[in-house]
Amino acid sequence: MTITEIVLRLHANSYYFFAIILFIIGFHTMLTHNNLIKKVIGMNIMDMAIFLFFVAIGYVRGGRSPILEPGVNHTFINPLPSALILTGIVVAVSVTAYALSLIVKLYKHYGTIDAEEIMRIRGGGSL
Amino acid sequence: MRKLLILFFLAVIMVVMVATVVEMPTIGDPANVTNNEVPRRYVEESLKETGALNVIASIITDYRAFDTLGEATVLFVAIAAALSNLKAH
Amino acid sequence: MEDVIVRYVSRFILPFVQLYGLYVVLHGHLSPGGGFSGGAVIGASMILYALSFNLAAGSKKLSHDVSSILESSGALIFAGMGLISILLGANFLANRAAGFPLGTPGNLFSSGSIAIITFGVGIKVASTMITLFYSLIEEEDHSHDHH
Repeated sequence: MTITEIVLRLHANSYYFFAIILFIIGFHTMLTHNNLIKKVIGMNIMDMAIFLFFVAIGYVRGGRSPILEPGVNHTFINPLPSALILTGIVVAVSVTAYALSLIVKLYKHYGTIDAEEIMRIRGGGSL
Repeated sequence: MRKLLILFFLAVIMVVMVATVVEMPTIGDPANVTNNEVPRRYVEESLKETGALNVIASIITDYRAFDTLGEATVLFVAIAAALSNLKAH
Repeated sequence: MEDVIVRYVSRFILPFVQLYGLYVVLHGHLSPGGGFSGGAVIGASMILYALSFNLAAGSKKLSHDVSSILESSGALIFAGMGLISILLGANFLANRAAGFPLGTPGNLFSSGSIAIITFGVGIKVASTMITLFYSLIEEEDHSHDHH
């Protein structure tokens, strides 16, 4: 496919493209910074990108929110991806809470939250 | 050196993901493959079988209530793990 | 924090925030919302109280024992509804096949076990947020002179 065809397809599926960009931004944040809290923030951004990608699958053009009114017929969006992502959001919050408690314990033990300094104190080599 | 390696790795991931997204069906098409008979049945029969006006609430607490029970367990286990980490004497 | 304006305004708007969170939880089967978002609003109101006043007043309002009892009872309500539906003769976590009264759609007391399950999930999520906040920012006095 030529470049113009790719750009037009990405413009039609723009929600998926922005989810990809968010994923790349979150992954870059997680790999580059040395601060442990910034790594947790990068993991959260990656989670939100996946949720955006999954919920955007269920969109129907011209549809409304799936709240029924008895007697009136509308077209609704697909309710199934939204219902499955609710569980995913709660799991992401739980993993973030546990990671933050681990960071509190690390700070109490080593006195710093810089990942390279912690590896240096422990005696291993840096990358 | 490390920054170049990171950028190359991210570029490879981005090329693979864009090559997948270009082949996916258009957003918002009512004739998508994902709008098959399963969401249609949930929307049509939800008022008769559960009596709730909110379709998503009836999906997560009636049709698929077992998944919500698993999620409540995950919340509980995360709180127990975080508390046992922070309040150890 | 010690600000007069934050204290005055938060003392004024906290009952309305909690009333709104309770509305979102109880009307989970009629309007958008449900257990998770309503529980997050109620938990956020208690965190606002602990932030604008100090932490001692907040933990006196909702002590550690009460919040752990609330969280366990939220999970037990969920599992208990499933076991009740076994006792009534149907599968685990069944709604209409177990004989719960469905009522007319649009009322507050309708749709069987959905309202009770939503309420249990709501208080569980609220007490989870409160417990996490109190345990993460609580300081012990013997860890300040580290090096």
